[in-house]
Amino acid sequence: MSAPTIDPNRLDLAREYRACPMGRHSPELQALLDIMRHPDNHQNLILVSVAPGKWVLGQRQPNGAPPVLFEEEVFERIEHGEWAAFKRRWQALTGQALAIQ
Amino acid sequence: MTHALTPGVVGYLDNFTARPGEEITLRVSVLDRGGRYRASLVRLISGETGPKGNGLREERIALDLPAEHMGSEQPVELGSYAIVEDLPALGAVEMEILAWPTLPGRAPQALMSLGPVRLILDAAGAPAIVVAGATLSTGTPLRARAWYRIAARYDPATGLAMIRSTPLPGLHADPPNATEGPLKAGVVPSAPLLIAAARAPDGNSALHFDGKLEAPLLHTGGSVFHWYFARGIGTTDIVGTRAGHTVNAPKRAVTGSTWDGSVQDWRQDPAQYAAIHFHSDDLYDVRWQPSLKVRLPETLKSGVYALKLESSGPAFYVGFGVSPKPGAPTAKLAVLASTATYLAYANYRRRMAPGAFDLSMGALPTVDMTDILLARHPEFGSSTYDVHRDGSGVSYASARRPLFNFRPTGRFWNFAMDLSLIDWLESQGIVYDVITDHELHEKGAALLQPYRAVTTLSHPEYHSLEMLRAIESYLDGGGRFLYLGGNGFYWRITFDEAHPGLIEMRRAEDGTRAWAEEPGQYYHASGEYGGLWRRIGRPPNKLVGIGFIAQGFDASSHYRRTAASRDPRAAFLFEGIDEEIIGDFGAWGDGAAGLEIDCYDSALGSPPHALVVASSEDHSNAFLLVNEEIGSNSRGVDGTLSPRVRADIVFFETPAGGAVLSTGSIAFVASLPHKGGQNNVSRLIKNALDRFLDPAPFVLPTAQPR
Repeated sequence: MSAPTIDPNRLDLAREYRACPMGRHSPELQALLDIMRHPDNHQNLILVSVAPGKWVLGQRQPNGAPPVLFEEEVFERIEHGEWAAFKRRWQALTGQALAIQ
Repeated sequence: MTHALTPGVVGYLDNFTARPGEEITLRVSVLDRGGRYRASLVRLISGETGPKGNGLREERIALDLPAEHMGSEQPVELGSYAIVEDLPALGAVEMEILAWPTLPGRAPQALMSLGPVRLILDAAGAPAIVVAGATLSTGTPLRARAWYRIAARYDPATGLAMIRSTPLPGLHADPPNATEGPLKAGVVPSAPLLIAAARAPDGNSALHFDGKLEAPLLHTGGSVFHWYFARGIGTTDIVGTRAGHTVNAPKRAVTGSTWDGSVQDWRQDPAQYAAIHFHSDDLYDVRWQPSLKVRLPETLKSGVYALKLESSGPAFYVGFGVSPKPGAPTAKLAVLASTATYLAYANYRRRMAPGAFDLSMGALPTVDMTDILLARHPEFGSSTYDVHRDGSGVSYASARRPLFNFRPTGRFWNFAMDLSLIDWLESQGIVYDVITDHELHEKGAALLQPYRAVTTLSHPEYHSLEMLRAIESYLDGGGRFLYLGGNGFYWRITFDEAHPGLIEMRRAEDGTRAWAEEPGQYYHASGEYGGLWRRIGRPPNKLVGIGFIAQGFDASSHYRRTAASRDPRAAFLFEGIDEEIIGDFGAWGDGAAGLEIDCYDSALGSPPHALVVASSEDHSNAFLLVNEEIGSNSRGVDGTLSPRVRADIVFFETPAGGAVLSTGSIAFVASLPHKGGQNNVSRLIKNALDRFLDPAPFVLPTAQPR
């Protein structure tokens, strides 16, 4: 069975997500998110509050051991962390960095 | 780059409820090397809400305490076992036991041990006898989740030993294995007998076993000692020729080697439930030494409090409720704190484990540095949302350990979110008492009777039969009840009388389950059938008019008023509210209807005369109907397609002059403090409280709208 892929040209869907990471999505964006969040693709990402209002992405570890923190980028809003996760997954799935900041 | 620290001190209290003037005992472990920590008493007003709420607010209560305390790290013995102290002097011994290992090969695990003589599964998972460090193994690892009879013999006089494993009959039985040979002579087996563990040189238990054990047998000196685990279910006793007891609450009332599916209730044929499931990560009581005794002021106001422990890193909060002195309520309104639910969620590790979290939740898991500390310390045990190392569900939650979620910080959920109601009550000048689930279980309806109205918080999910009966009795007597949450009255729990501070739950049969109970094990050790109250015949709809329908964890939505909101019976609720849209704001997800939501369903017992005065709409794709609403998998069950994905606000009168208002959303209370309480959610609940606190009886309608 071939694994579903995402279309690297659908920047419109990336823009839709960036504008509203939490909330109603179009069916096409939801389909893209379902692929990104699939066990093969989700990268076990987690958001860790390192101080009130300061978030970093991390990676969950086997057996619930402390996550590895990606501390090079600190977010002041959860939504920004979700967007960073989206970009990581986009790059892993398409092989190219998302051309939207 | 950050250098975030985890809390340097943790602790717990003996009880979740205290009263003014009482002395409370705090047990602390200082993880920092310096051993110094500070402790203060704070009244909690608002939790860590995030940028859209009022933020953390607490009020320090003056106490005559030293500025600083000294402490040290206190040990934790993790893993369950059974122990028999009283045995005669031992010589040649033969040990035998039925074993159903769940993690053979994880590490050496003791099945039975008598000091230096141990019957174990070795590092490869093969049965072996160990005598003062010398090992004789069958060399054939056991399969996981299959029953075997394991026997070993050792004679100190000759040093001869034997080890044998015999699979019990089954479709895939392995061949028997046995071997014998010389080991060290002159090693004397000694009491106590440990079952599922061995004694380490430091006196602690070690080599904990994962799996079920049954019918241990010890031959020595011409005598036979044996134990029958089918007796003593619901206690810490192991019953046999010599008395013993369990440590760290291994799971009782589990299927044994003879269970054939012909019974599901262990009481019908206890012989089929003659096993105990031990886990190397079971934990009941860390048994820490008392660190601090705090006398609460006689004039302390009823409310939500915490002992705030500070060392390096973030503070560690030990939350508890202060209820009024017995027989002396100080308000007409009681806030029922969901301590049973907090306990069920305590030390929740699953968010930090690998898995497709946001595929089901619609958002990434979030944790803070206090959660990271929990991840570093597996010895603080897990929650009933987690599984044990062997994959079996965690059925017990104990209060006798540090609890990482009785705090105003971290995930905006349960305790932290519930403070939104406290914040709002304070801002409105509404006088209230705080009472707890634990008190409700213990005292029943008598706890509620002094109050004209009782309100829940955001997520009262776990209840014992005694708690439900108390609320029912209160309503039967004309009480007024506000259910201001979502997914309430959902799972059955029992309070384990043999283990004070422990609750038991079994995720039986159906529901939104973090794990599924094993077949044949749906009955609690108390004999009560576990699982959803809906499946047991007490759906929340009968009690409060609504029941769990959907969940999503990305964003919230709003409610829209219905035609029924214009019914004269509901006029008092909407006085001063002109808007059609209710709650399109809030500290969680920008709306009052979010997270876990409930709706009206007459088929499940929602009263026919109840008014659905508002319903939520426009939920996101992340909101999905709950499993128990779906016979078989289907598309079209998300918030964009299914009209059933909605939270209903429901009002109804009761025959004795009381009434119920239910709002059906966990996120609801987080909208109350919006704009200083100048909002229509606040107005709705203020209107409701004004009427619910008025002694004039409600009257049942003569004509029923449905």
